[in-house]
Amino acid sequence: MAPFPLPLTQLLGQWGAYAIFLLIGFSFGFVLEMAGFGNSRKLAAQFYFKDMTVLKVMFGAIIVAMVLIFTTSALGLLDYNLLWVNPTYLWPGIIGGLIMGFGFIIGGFCPGTSLVGAATLKLDAIAFALGVIFGIFLFGETVDNFSLFWNSSYLGRFTLPEWLGLPTGVVVLLVVMMALFMFWGAEQLERRVGQKDPSEAPRWRYAAAGAILLAAIGLVLIGQPTTADRWASIAPEKQALLDERAVQIHPGELLDLLADNAIKVVMLDVRDEVDYNLFHILDARHVPLEELPTIIDELHFEPANTVFVLMSNDEAGATEGWKILEAESVPNVYLLEGGINNWIALFGDDDLTKNFNAGAGEDQLCYIFDTAMGDRYAAAEPNPEAHKLEYVSKVKLELKRGPTSGGCG
Amino acid sequence: MTTYIPPETVTPPATEERVKRERVARDYVNPYLAGILLGLVLFAAFFVTGSGLGASGGLNRILVFFEDLIAPGHVDRTPYLIAMAGGDRNPLDSWIVFLTVGTLFGGFASGWIHNRVRVETNRGPRVPIRLRWVMAFIGGALMGFGARFARGCTSGQALSGGAVLSVGSWAFMFAVFGGAYGLAYWLRKFWN
Repeated sequence: MAPFPLPLTQLLGQWGAYAIFLLIGFSFGFVLEMAGFGNSRKLAAQFYFKDMTVLKVMFGAIIVAMVLIFTTSALGLLDYNLLWVNPTYLWPGIIGGLIMGFGFIIGGFCPGTSLVGAATLKLDAIAFALGVIFGIFLFGETVDNFSLFWNSSYLGRFTLPEWLGLPTGVVVLLVVMMALFMFWGAEQLERRVGQKDPSEAPRWRYAAAGAILLAAIGLVLIGQPTTADRWASIAPEKQALLDERAVQIHPGELLDLLADNAIKVVMLDVRDEVDYNLFHILDARHVPLEELPTIIDELHFEPANTVFVLMSNDEAGATEGWKILEAESVPNVYLLEGGINNWIALFGDDDLTKNFNAGAGEDQLCYIFDTAMGDRYAAAEPNPEAHKLEYVSKVKLELKRGPTSGGCG
Repeated sequence: MTTYIPPETVTPPATEERVKRERVARDYVNPYLAGILLGLVLFAAFFVTGSGLGASGGLNRILVFFEDLIAPGHVDRTPYLIAMAGGDRNPLDSWIVFLTVGTLFGGFASGWIHNRVRVETNRGPRVPIRLRWVMAFIGGALMGFGARFARGCTSGQALSGGAVLSVGSWAFMFAVFGGAYGLAYWLRKFWN
């Protein structure tokens, strides 16, 4: 399993984690100030094509961080699934961005740069930062009037490779090429509009551009780890859990979990549609195995107190599903012991259990149904009070790694 | 006025050299170098903590902390604020607040080392100081409002979301540049 990002709070405690964030913030502020971002005139010059520092620093930072993130991910050091990727709310993002663009050219800063400006006693930066706080206050007081729009066009964790239908490495290479082209264009503009002498720019920038381009081409060749690769890297450790039967939970435990208000249970029924329509547990979601990889992002957005329970007729399908979710770092995944067959055997009434088909085959439904009534059976929602079952409790809620909100949460 | 002073002007007489050097603001680093350094910081943040950088979220929580001191009842009735400070929840108990405080310290440290900490107002040559302050406040208010609207500012959305290839963050980034360039023409006398 990829060792990074680290479960900071577990490793260092809450204050230890906060100290790390303080250190990261310190480096962030230090670099912003070094770049000249505490100076509003330098920032505003970007929009008159005289000094393209903002563009160079911003896109330089993005491509360096991006290439490092996806390289460490390709090498199995960093788990991309556990990174906070800002969820897409398309139109609120665009409208908010336009408003911010106006604010940028009127005020001469953005929130982060106004902090370093204020820290170096620039009075315009202090006025700007106070304005930011006032704007945030205004938003908090008025958002209820337009919350419908504010929550619209939600696309979840939606990335450029998914949107373009291209491999991640190719998208990384395209972004690097776009940035390098923009740097070239920026230097042309600075020469013509800003009367800057391009020969003053350091020569090492060509070497840096070549290095990052090579790294991006390397990423296209290596590719990002697939679900199968990810499972292979954790198989020795996780297969043991399956063999020790540490993750196969008794139907009684599932029933008690469903009745527990402190736990959110997400049941994923991986059988085919026919079996699902014949009988399924109330609120179980039908997700065939081949569709499971497509809902991983959705599962990562579930709250920290969520327990995922996979089920098939017996255990074979659920076990495959369990491997997929474990490989994709979904936390707290279990599977139903003995599957739906065992569930019906325990909770079904005589009507349901009388047509037993002993020769149904492996991981097949071994009860014969006359009608496809789905969850409209008593056994689909047994009363937990009426069934006090003995079982060994196996579910241990594990805290999520990584933050549940992004940089502006 | 700008703090930028070309290096060749820093040639004071030998006797006064030390005194002068302390007063003269150093040059900013090359933008590409700054970009690489900022990229390393951004990568380190993602690599170690799983999350990128941000600024407006920290300011938001510091503001809500004071709102909660002054009008706790109001905070408990406003859905947007409850999530941060409802009941006995402390809005400052969040990693983003520490990141923001660190940013202030880091900015000050770099400014101090490079002799750029000084009380001044950077503005266009034809703009009165007071007008510059008012415009900075208005621009800041738009930025603050827009940053919350877009669920992140230039650091938290554009920089961080951009590096991990979020579609929304890239759309946002182009909107910011579009908005600023769109309005820049009408403000050219303000800045130049």
